[in-house]
Amino acid sequence: MIGFVNDAQAFLPVLLRGLLVTLELTVCALSLSLALGVVWVVMGRARFAPWRWVSRTVITVVRGIPIIVQLFFIYFVLPDWGLDLPPFLAGVIGLGLAYSVYQAENIRGGIGAVDKGLIEAGEALGMNRMTLWRRVVLPLGLRHALPSIGNTMVMLLKDTSIASTITIAELTREGQLLAISTFKNGSVYALIALLYLAASLPLSGLVRTLERKGRLA
Amino acid sequence: MITLRGVTKRFGDRTVLKGVDLDVAKGEVLCLIGGSGSGKSTMLRCINGLERHDEGEITVGGVRVDAAGLPAIRRRVAMVFQRFNLFPHRTVLDNVIEAPVYVHGEAPDQARARAMDLLARVDMADHAHSLPSALSGGQQQRVGIARALALRPEAILFDEPTSALDPERVGEVLRVMRELAEEGMTMLIVTHEIGFAREVADRVAFVDQGVIAEQGAARDVLTAPQAARTAQFLARVLHKDG
Repeated sequence: MIGFVNDAQAFLPVLLRGLLVTLELTVCALSLSLALGVVWVVMGRARFAPWRWVSRTVITVVRGIPIIVQLFFIYFVLPDWGLDLPPFLAGVIGLGLAYSVYQAENIRGGIGAVDKGLIEAGEALGMNRMTLWRRVVLPLGLRHALPSIGNTMVMLLKDTSIASTITIAELTREGQLLAISTFKNGSVYALIALLYLAASLPLSGLVRTLERKGRLA
Repeated sequence: MITLRGVTKRFGDRTVLKGVDLDVAKGEVLCLIGGSGSGKSTMLRCINGLERHDEGEITVGGVRVDAAGLPAIRRRVAMVFQRFNLFPHRTVLDNVIEAPVYVHGEAPDQARARAMDLLARVDMADHAHSLPSALSGGQQQRVGIARALALRPEAILFDEPTSALDPERVGEVLRVMRELAEEGMTMLIVTHEIGFAREVADRVAFVDQGVIAEQGAARDVLTAPQAARTAQFLARVLHKDG
């Protein structure tokens, strides 16, 4: 136990630096996944059939490929085609894209829960499709989707560990390097697990709060 | 002002409107009464294009209700809903300025000033910064009326505006509607408030099974109905009220 405390004191500065990168990666990939998720949903509802086709295809393809393979593709294969991305950016794009299809599902569900009467009210006030989406459907749909978006965010936080495989110095990778150089696997991975838990618990709490509020609304 | 000629509407294989002819003159208050499922709400919803009619022609101020005419129609005709349908994520004031600012491009400051006047008119100025969820049904419906007025409409369609209210809240909404009628607003009202229709309506139309079975001056239709179906309906609702 005393050994663990000593290890913790020695390793925590490095691991906390990694945790910070993990959180940055989570926030950036989350933002991208939400933006893309909205795009897939809006395209999926477009009147122009090819937009709907693109949306469906992207969702099917992205959902069918493991995240780690997508990351390898973006980081190792795209440079062969002339697109050389720094690791962090590659990680954000890969995780953001992979998670955008789940966000699309969340957002679609939220939009389905929007009271039809409110959409009719917008129409009766003279809103065109664009205004209706911007002012009524998306703000209310995202609100309804918040609990499931929060759940997805917890999953995303944990899945950023996959980005360790493309040299991003996030929590898992910093830990791996420590473990390799010190052979203290037990202490290092216990600390990593505790730090992920510490980061996800507040998020889980937030989700529960949102769900409770969602029921009241 | 509003004209329907031979309007039919089908939902699947169910025909809800079977050739409706109706005229509403400028400044007129017309109440549509009839049993549930008679087609009166559908009639109203066809006028501002929330439902597309299948046959016949509807015009508002000479503009045909079709895909091309709809933007112009919705500028002229406002609607008040049974369940209020206020935007729950916006304050009372923001609900009222929504269409002027985000549909018609009015300057926000000017729209807000006008909205405060309208809210004062429906006696809701004190609640301008509340969210709809904090209001009673009657208060929400008065905001709904202010939101409709913010369009500067030539006519307002009321779809059972008091049916979702607690009985003690009905009066405050009817009072606002009575004032609008006195100011000369063109109003087409689907309602079960026979007393209100008798007092405020210029004309009453009784809708039954997708057609207008009888229409005429409010006093005539409500006190001396000519059609047997009208008489039966009135006996039923008035008996329930009494």
